[in-house]
Amino acid sequence: MAHNVMLINRKDNVGVALFDIGKGEKILLSTGAELDAVQDIPYSHKVALREIRTGEPVFKYGEIIGHARSDIGPGAWVHTHNLQTLEL
Amino acid sequence: MRKTTFSGFIRPDGSAGIRNHVAVISTVACANGVAAGIARAVPGAVPLLHAHGCGRVLEITMHLNTLAGLGKNPNVAAALVVGLGCETVQASAVAAEIAKTGKPCEHLVIQEQGGSRKTTEKGVKIARAFLEDASRIQRQACPLDLFTIGLECGGSDAFSGITANPAVGLVSDWLVGQGGTVILTESTEMIGTSHILSRRAKGPETAQKVEQVVAKAYKTTRDILGELATYVIAPGNMDGGLSSISEKSLGCIAKGGSSAITEVVDYGRSPKEKGLVIMDGPGYDAESIAALAAAGAQLILFTTGRGTPIGFPIVPVIKVASTTRLYNLMEDDMDVNAGTILEGRSLEDVATEIRTLSLNVMNGTLSKAEQNNQGGIVCLAAMTPAF
Repeated sequence: MAHNVMLINRKDNVGVALFDIGKGEKILLSTGAELDAVQDIPYSHKVALREIRTGEPVFKYGEIIGHARSDIGPGAWVHTHNLQTLEL
Repeated sequence: MRKTTFSGFIRPDGSAGIRNHVAVISTVACANGVAAGIARAVPGAVPLLHAHGCGRVLEITMHLNTLAGLGKNPNVAAALVVGLGCETVQASAVAAEIAKTGKPCEHLVIQEQGGSRKTTEKGVKIARAFLEDASRIQRQACPLDLFTIGLECGGSDAFSGITANPAVGLVSDWLVGQGGTVILTESTEMIGTSHILSRRAKGPETAQKVEQVVAKAYKTTRDILGELATYVIAPGNMDGGLSSISEKSLGCIAKGGSSAITEVVDYGRSPKEKGLVIMDGPGYDAESIAALAAAGAQLILFTTGRGTPIGFPIVPVIKVASTTRLYNLMEDDMDVNAGTILEGRSLEDVATEIRTLSLNVMNGTLSKAEQNNQGGIVCLAAMTPAF
């Protein structure tokens, strides 16, 4: 099966879903890594690729796009509900 | 290596257009009906209509320069400026600015001509004569250092920054390498990335200007939206999975490629330098592409994730779809499918397709937006309320 989550930069701890991924479905990365989706991940949304604890930075494009508002487990959906965006 | 050329219409000021339009420019909303009437009576003439030109004291200079910039754009062979008479953005001033290029330019003032019918009759004669003269100008091979591409992204999704924008970024790098100019704008969509952009400025002064532009954009959104400022992205972007303006910005600036930033210009102003230029301006597509056209861009590369049909009356717009889903959904409006990158096609391959299509459009092929007559009206940015 082809990968269904894209990793943009090696530093990133989130990936981008290439399709709607249902809770419990396998997440396959272009790097070959695998994990389970712990909730529904809508097409084009972000999914945590590893544990991100409260306050830890969330990386995409190899840059910090915000910090976790709460503990985010691998395979969880990452969006405005659990991502505190940068204070500029 | 032989340099790539494009087939352009040389103007008296040495610039080169890829279209040969006769523009009928309204200086104020009150003159739109007459300007439209003239263009309607002269097939081939292009009306440039908008909602401003009066009532906004702080935007007089900006709107005057932007309207004049549209007339100065190399894609315009000749310009007829139509004003009412009592407006703040005076037709004579706009026409005088356009005339500096040496291209044929005249202006008519409705209150001086004695009403709309008389003005229209006179305008039709002028526009017909302009068209006849313009039809004698032949295309000839031009070097790419005469070329400027404007960059725009609208209705972005999470894939815009992964597929369409990086692919366009490679095209930007190519044109800069050929000695041309690329204008990256949408200051709001640079918020959160000034540390990355300023590092790429050619000198400390340019770096400082980059930071000022981004800081100003942030302050404006903060002043208006307060705590919501970091979420200043359209609902469509949120649905597309982008959580913040910084995240969107990183994907947005990817369009500009990796060249050094040579200059920072104000809304609608022409750069003096070649290379990658940053123009201060809003993220709103319609106001942004008007400024790119006014700054002299002969072509606009427009990436989109949610899909938009918008074009511009005097500048071809090429649409690059970020996903195959969008491309298939709106194939009528999309020129290139960058979504194939998600299916294993290389970024370089898609960039080559965009570059090849761009050269074809420069040489006369109509982009989808042109085929669909997506000219629309000109949207000028305004920061203050009207009196």
